[in-house]
Amino acid sequence: MEPRILLAHGGGGGASHRLIQEVFYRYLGNDILLQGNDAAVFDVVPGKLAMTTDCFVVQPIFFRGGDIGKLAVCGTVNDLAVSGARPLYLSLGLIIEEGLPVELLEKVVASIAAACLEAGVKIVTGDTKVVEKGKADQLFINTTGLGIIPESVRVGGEMARPGDLVLINGNIGEHGLAVMSERAGINWETPILSDCAALHGLIAEAMEAGAVHCLRDPTRGGLATTLNEISRQSHVGIILEENAIPVSGAVRGASEMLGFDPLYLANEGKVVVIAPPASAKAILERMRRHPLGKDSAIIGEAVAEHPGLVALKTAFGGERLLDMLEGEMLPRIC
Amino acid sequence: MTEDLSEDLSQKLRQLRDAGLAPPVLDSIKRRMRKLERPVNLMEVCGTHTVAISRAGLRQILPPGLRLLSGPGCPVCVTDQQDIDTVIELAKEPGMVLTTFGDMMRVPGSDSALQSEKAAGRDIRVVYSPLDALKVARDLPDRTVMFYAVGFETTVPMVAATLEMAEKQGLSNFWVFSVHKTIPAALEALIHMEGARIDGFILPGHVSTIIGANAYKPVLQGKVPAMVTGFEPLDILRAVDLLLAQLVEGRAEVEIEYTRAVTEEGNPTAQQLMAEFFEPSDPRWRGLGIIPGSGLMLRERHFRHDACRRYDLAAVRSRLPAPNKLMAACSCGEVLKGALLPGDCKLFGRACTPAQPVGPCMVSSEGACAAYYMYERHRQQGG
Repeated sequence: MEPRILLAHGGGGGASHRLIQEVFYRYLGNDILLQGNDAAVFDVVPGKLAMTTDCFVVQPIFFRGGDIGKLAVCGTVNDLAVSGARPLYLSLGLIIEEGLPVELLEKVVASIAAACLEAGVKIVTGDTKVVEKGKADQLFINTTGLGIIPESVRVGGEMARPGDLVLINGNIGEHGLAVMSERAGINWETPILSDCAALHGLIAEAMEAGAVHCLRDPTRGGLATTLNEISRQSHVGIILEENAIPVSGAVRGASEMLGFDPLYLANEGKVVVIAPPASAKAILERMRRHPLGKDSAIIGEAVAEHPGLVALKTAFGGERLLDMLEGEMLPRIC
Repeated sequence: MTEDLSEDLSQKLRQLRDAGLAPPVLDSIKRRMRKLERPVNLMEVCGTHTVAISRAGLRQILPPGLRLLSGPGCPVCVTDQQDIDTVIELAKEPGMVLTTFGDMMRVPGSDSALQSEKAAGRDIRVVYSPLDALKVARDLPDRTVMFYAVGFETTVPMVAATLEMAEKQGLSNFWVFSVHKTIPAALEALIHMEGARIDGFILPGHVSTIIGANAYKPVLQGKVPAMVTGFEPLDILRAVDLLLAQLVEGRAEVEIEYTRAVTEEGNPTAQQLMAEFFEPSDPRWRGLGIIPGSGLMLRERHFRHDACRRYDLAAVRSRLPAPNKLMAACSCGEVLKGALLPGDCKLFGRACTPAQPVGPCMVSSEGACAAYYMYERHRQQGG
């Protein structure tokens, strides 16, 4: 195989065929993908279908704690999981810039394969296009995911009720800072790793432990933005306890130096769980036993006051509003 | 040596952020308020303080009767409407490249804004430093590059340094439109203003690193208690406590809480640089009117860079639009005097929001209205 991606690799001829065989089938092959037809065909499992799609344009494509491939799988798996679905199938679309070293592409595809294995999902269909140099930035990925929601499950951003407690499964802000640091070439004394991870397992356990009202992954815009969305959808106010929100010392220090607020930094391995007080404690204990939930905490509650707004009880005992972010703090982080 | 210093400083900062240290200070504040047995209004005159107070939620932990008012501490907010309209008009001059700090782009003029003029094709560029504006002038020798100089004593030395460089490099196309203002004269005007109800000043930290605590003494000593204050929540609480101590003891002195950065004398190099290029002027402040000696204009010997002398400002002003109706209802002026709180303005949160600001206090992220909107508006909803 050629050392670099050529326009011909997207042309549909022999070069495309070789790329599919030697890279995609080699790493991602499974019974459905290898059917080799124009559409993947599979049986329907009983329950409701959940479907989601996401594009990934992160730059750089490799960063501490992850890469664009792992992100493309985890991001879509998480969108399914927070909808209450068991993730099953993914499609994989790639737009590759001409000249990308095949070795890099292979590394990304291998990472996709590893992430799929971990998440228990299959890539069942895919497409690759190659564009001229300069028309894309190395590699863009789209994944679409299908999952099954059992009949008994009902979660949604509109379901938070006053009195519900807000939980999160660990330290916030790591993905946003990891990518930012990589891009700026900053090496922190304590390296900051992206938290990129597939959360379906943790979420399944949380839902097993007790009744859950809302699940959401606080990605772009961070925890503050996610909670603002939920408070608007559910017409409740939310009050967070600043002291209870888990932030690592490294993220706290780096954020301060760079002028970021961890509450608005992207996460790729975090889930916000909103649950009635009767089940919150059991859920917290179960989440803490999961490897992705060791630092889980109850960080706040939903209230009837100030519907649609999120407030933060500061460490000093005062209170302030946590608004939606206007504009973007960091572009191209996922 | 440097490492030791930074280690020392970061340790100090850690202590200042330790919310566990707040309760004893708060207790002391409450004790002093009980002794005073009357309402106390303290005013901060620095946008960074305004934001720090709102962010930490300090207003809610202070005892009732103790109010923190936001004064004229944000340079965008105090810029007079006529100056804003004048610069928008100047942006239309042939050959003009207007350079400005980003905040000014969105400040509404009477019938336009710099961002609208930019969209209409005028050459208006956001810079992060006056030095960037100088670079534009160097790159475009046949254009007129004007820097819109908004700011207090904190930014003036940088503009002076830029002018010095422009003169060294013989750049004849670099002009400064100065609406610079100085804090001490404004404080003097505030305490003499009718209906003023200020029992003490939380003095700005950054400005004071330049001018030093002594600069306030002729104006405030013996009249109103004042405290040069740092920007951590604990700094502000301590300053409040120390100001109350002065009130209890019947003193009115200028003191420094922010000793890790501010001295009595300030920064003489920066002061000399400022004095070399600028002299006092009598500008109009939004809401406060004309305050003699509270502005800085370019000295006559530097007229080659003074945009106010290059253009016939009287003629430009004769072309300015009439004030619009909505803006006439804006209470930014009253807010800056401490006469109204942002939430008291009838436009606040309705006709005027950070996304669609009517007045400058809502535009600048350090404006009192924007800070209240960002951090405290949930307290003004029914619940």
